[in-house]
Amino acid sequence: MGDYLRPRGLEEALQALTRPFTVLAGGTDFYPARVGRAVTEDVLDIAGIAALRGISETEVGWRLGATTTWSELVEAPLPPLFDGLKQAAREVGGRQIQNSGTIAGNVCNASPAADGVPPLLALEAEVELAHRDGTRRLPLASFITGVRRTARQPAELVVALHVPRPRAEARSAFLKLGARRYLVISIAMASVVLEVAEGKVAAARVAVGACSPVAQRLPLLERALIGASFDATLGERAEPSHLAPLSPIDDIRGSAAYRGDAALAVLRRLLSKVAA
Amino acid sequence: MKLEFTLNGRAASWDGAPVTRLAAALRDDLGVTGTKTGCDAGDCGACTVLLDGRQVCSCLVAMGQIEGRSVETVEGLETGPDAMAALQQSFLDHGAAQCGICTPGMLMAAQELVRRNSKPSRAEVEDALGGVLCRCTGYGKIVDAVMDVVSPAPASAPVAGGAVGSRIVRVDGPAKVTGRDVFGADGIPTDVLWIRVVRSPHARAHFELGDLEPLRRRLTAVLTAADVPFNGYGIYPDIKDQPVLADGHVRYRGEAVVALVGERAAVLAIRDDEVPIAWRPEPPIFGVDAAMAEDAPLVQADRPGNLLLKGGVKRGDVAVAFEACAAVAEGTFETAFVEHAYIEPEAGWARRVGDRIEIHATTQTPYMDRDEIANLMRLKPEAVRIVPTACGGGFGGKLDLSVQPLIAIAAWTLGRPVALVYTRPESMAASTKRHPARVKARFGCDTEGKLQSCDVTALFDTGAYASWGPTVANRVPVHAMGPYAIPNVRTWGEAYFSNGPPAGAFRGFGVPQAAIAHEAMMDELADRLGIDRLEFRHRNALRAGDTTATGQTLAHSAGLAECLDALRPHWRKAHEEIAAFNETGGPHRRGIGIGCMWYGIGNTSMSNPSRMRVGLSPAGTLTLYSGALDIGQGSNTIMVQIAADAVGLPAEQFTLVTGDTDLTADAGKTSASRQTFVSGKAAEKAGQDLRQQILRLANAGPQAILSLEGATLSVRDGADVRTIDLATAGPLMGEGTFDPPTTPLDADGQGVPYATYAFAAQLAEVEVDIELGTVKVLRIVAAHDVGRAINPTLVEGQIQGGVAQGLGLALMEEYLPGRTENLHDYLIPTVGDVPEIECLLIEDREPLGPSGAKGIGEPALVPTAPAILGAVHHATGVRAHRVPLLPHRLREAMVAQQRSKA
Repeated sequence: MGDYLRPRGLEEALQALTRPFTVLAGGTDFYPARVGRAVTEDVLDIAGIAALRGISETEVGWRLGATTTWSELVEAPLPPLFDGLKQAAREVGGRQIQNSGTIAGNVCNASPAADGVPPLLALEAEVELAHRDGTRRLPLASFITGVRRTARQPAELVVALHVPRPRAEARSAFLKLGARRYLVISIAMASVVLEVAEGKVAAARVAVGACSPVAQRLPLLERALIGASFDATLGERAEPSHLAPLSPIDDIRGSAAYRGDAALAVLRRLLSKVAA
Repeated sequence: MKLEFTLNGRAASWDGAPVTRLAAALRDDLGVTGTKTGCDAGDCGACTVLLDGRQVCSCLVAMGQIEGRSVETVEGLETGPDAMAALQQSFLDHGAAQCGICTPGMLMAAQELVRRNSKPSRAEVEDALGGVLCRCTGYGKIVDAVMDVVSPAPASAPVAGGAVGSRIVRVDGPAKVTGRDVFGADGIPTDVLWIRVVRSPHARAHFELGDLEPLRRRLTAVLTAADVPFNGYGIYPDIKDQPVLADGHVRYRGEAVVALVGERAAVLAIRDDEVPIAWRPEPPIFGVDAAMAEDAPLVQADRPGNLLLKGGVKRGDVAVAFEACAAVAEGTFETAFVEHAYIEPEAGWARRVGDRIEIHATTQTPYMDRDEIANLMRLKPEAVRIVPTACGGGFGGKLDLSVQPLIAIAAWTLGRPVALVYTRPESMAASTKRHPARVKARFGCDTEGKLQSCDVTALFDTGAYASWGPTVANRVPVHAMGPYAIPNVRTWGEAYFSNGPPAGAFRGFGVPQAAIAHEAMMDELADRLGIDRLEFRHRNALRAGDTTATGQTLAHSAGLAECLDALRPHWRKAHEEIAAFNETGGPHRRGIGIGCMWYGIGNTSMSNPSRMRVGLSPAGTLTLYSGALDIGQGSNTIMVQIAADAVGLPAEQFTLVTGDTDLTADAGKTSASRQTFVSGKAAEKAGQDLRQQILRLANAGPQAILSLEGATLSVRDGADVRTIDLATAGPLMGEGTFDPPTTPLDADGQGVPYATYAFAAQLAEVEVDIELGTVKVLRIVAAHDVGRAINPTLVEGQIQGGVAQGLGLALMEEYLPGRTENLHDYLIPTVGDVPEIECLLIEDREPLGPSGAKGIGEPALVPTAPAILGAVHHATGVRAHRVPLLPHRLREAMVAQQRSKA
């Protein structure tokens, strides 16, 4: 059996990370990977670090503490900018998982089907990493480097995600496609943040998940949306060519061709939904 | 790490490794076993507890995180001694608990909601319960129980003679809603040794074991094939082909190879790659085509062509009849391996008591277990005692042995109690599955729509071992023409070995697979002739007086036409509503479908007797000794109801002793929908026997009214009242045996395979998302001829649960070895997937059955997938030829259809 550390302060956690630890917070990915076997690795339990928890508004945006749970996010008073992330939060596992699972855990687990990642990409979230010697920030798109791979160094800890305040009034939404209701791994999903000025789309950020090793933004679609009237016809702007950044695969949940098709259908509905 | 926290409002302390799961600490260290473990991965929600008032999966919480916090479990719900919380009472009254393994999790998830909102909407309830899987109930009664929590309508206790037909609450219900029921993993003594099984990662391989001595030094024992006295078991007396531990050769992924025995931590600490096994993998044989190929290697050396069994039914002249048909339909339909996914993984423990071995495990069939263990261990059957625990769902999957042989052998040789609890992936990899089938069907009818000819060939993949393969291959030809009167029939079944998991018994024994084919044919013929799909079936329905394809004349109780009559108003109304909806356009299209079935109750052409006893002790204790195992379906309650009316005393005065092979007689296995019909009849006879003895003692007539108070039994015959002092007259014991009359089938499948048949018709309304290929089932109306509903609430529970499994079969369930060995890749319906299910009970009495009752367990599932697939066809024009109809498969079929039209 390995060591188990449960620091109350961030400093103590970062000191510990001078040697390898498996980081534990909500446990919703940790334990499923250890069914029927003994836990032998050294574990750093960061759930007790108060500074890592909760949501606060700053001058330039919002800080989502790393161990904020999905339920805490849903219950937080946040502007419509976060509607998409909140909708995604309600699709992460069942209510039990939402009560335990953390935002940073979802990001660090780096599953291609992580429900939190497309909305956080659309929010242009930045990942704040702390190290004994200081902190650094990375755009989420640079933080997740592959299937279950991130840019986090062993001595670093994700302490927060930062969402910048948009220039104009923003709306957002999230849509997920799965083979059942509740507790389902996405076949495809998408999230959008639109900044709206004078009834027109002033800025658009769209991301699709479960259709590539890492969820992807769709820059061509984002460009095509700018200047469009903010109404239910927005969905018509999405074209197959906009999906170029995606590389869907065949798996037990769907074929590659189907995923591509479905992603487009999901995107069109998402855009109509956000403007409805 | 020592820590303090609050457990159910009281201070608690615990000491142990801080990464210990909360679920494990509760169950193993704190003795609070109401919280169940179904997957250890957050996929099933059975272990749901409240942590600081919020529902969490206790399998995902580290004990290190519990310090100073509040944990609430099902044990904390009761408001006082014997005082259930309103939520528990509501679950009990609604029949919301069947096997009861998910019930504590459901209750805790619901508790989080109702504490904040005592009048929740259906949507709020579904959101709250979305993370807890139930495999028994179809969720409807659970949702109702939560919604009605503030105004529960208590069920009434019937008077003497009024038990049959009444909605009494389950006799084992209080134990299930309080978490006190003892399942396979709940009653394990603290001083046991534990087994961890090392299983094959290969579907087909030879292997050699290296030097096991170093492992033996770290453990108490390491068992291999050499330690099994007779290393072969199987359902059939002449097919003992499955080894307890593989002997140099594995035939499927998940097959047991080595059993590590020792302290729990010690066996868990040993990784599979520390066990010296030199594997020589070989290319596996998957699917019937590979198994039937001329040059296919043999899965079982003594089975040429990999053939397990073939046979069929022949009547009339099919070829001649087809030529005269006005319309002929044909098609081929394929199904997948389907996992039972009971929420309770296989579990149990054994101990040696002198020269006997005693096994406490979850099972569907105590006497078969007894005899099989005796055979494996070379003991006399009397030297084996099976004490079944509560069974957290079976559906056929707990008819085969699982943990029993290894715990018995280890406990016998080591002289210490030994336990084994499967992990979820282990349960899924090791246990049997529904047979994948390829059913080729051809049906023809005349211009009036009367069926004239039917030719069905069903090929089954029986996997690595025979298990119940012969049962499936025998049963399907008898049922594959569907519940219709057809003069010319040829049906044929063949089962082949492969390197898939052993395919065994799963609710319906192959009939659900065949029904997908025959019902698609009915739709197509009806459409060709322009006859309404329901009316077409009505025209052809088997009725009392008709002769079946096996030459059996159905004398009584064939209520399919009545089922269809009952559905007709719903059918017509729904057609109008659907047409109106589809007028509105948009990406959603609705459709309605219908599925019919018949199902022979009990074994096919084989004796399957049940024996029951009802005793009255000198102290006045009235006891039903029932070997019929309740695996959630409700037989404990049904048997008491039947016996109570047969004796003439109130059901609530009965004590129940069930399952233990030392205390109860053999009532057969809980399978083939036979317990109500066969064991129920035996219970009725046992009750009548006791009543006769009482009447004789009192010299009273048959109409006498009995009452029991303490040790005094009063017999009122008209104005005459006689009392019997049981202290002197007792003990009394009534016995009853019933074996349904059947005859063997000849080479053409002619004979009487079953004494009676259940009939049913279900309709399904669906909404298809034509852009995404997803199917949402909006509503099911299920009409079932059950002969007589002994307890309508339990019958509805069976129907709703069967429908949910049928929905899964149609739309989402596909077991792929190595890929869907958990409950997040293998999908079963959640509370959000199962629609409102309306049950219409048709009671066309079966004179042989207790009070006219037949069976419902399997019939509930059979028509659902055909109805859903028919509805999808109605909505989209696409006929599914392969299930599950996953979104990508439906979408691709729709695209192909558009292309072929263009």
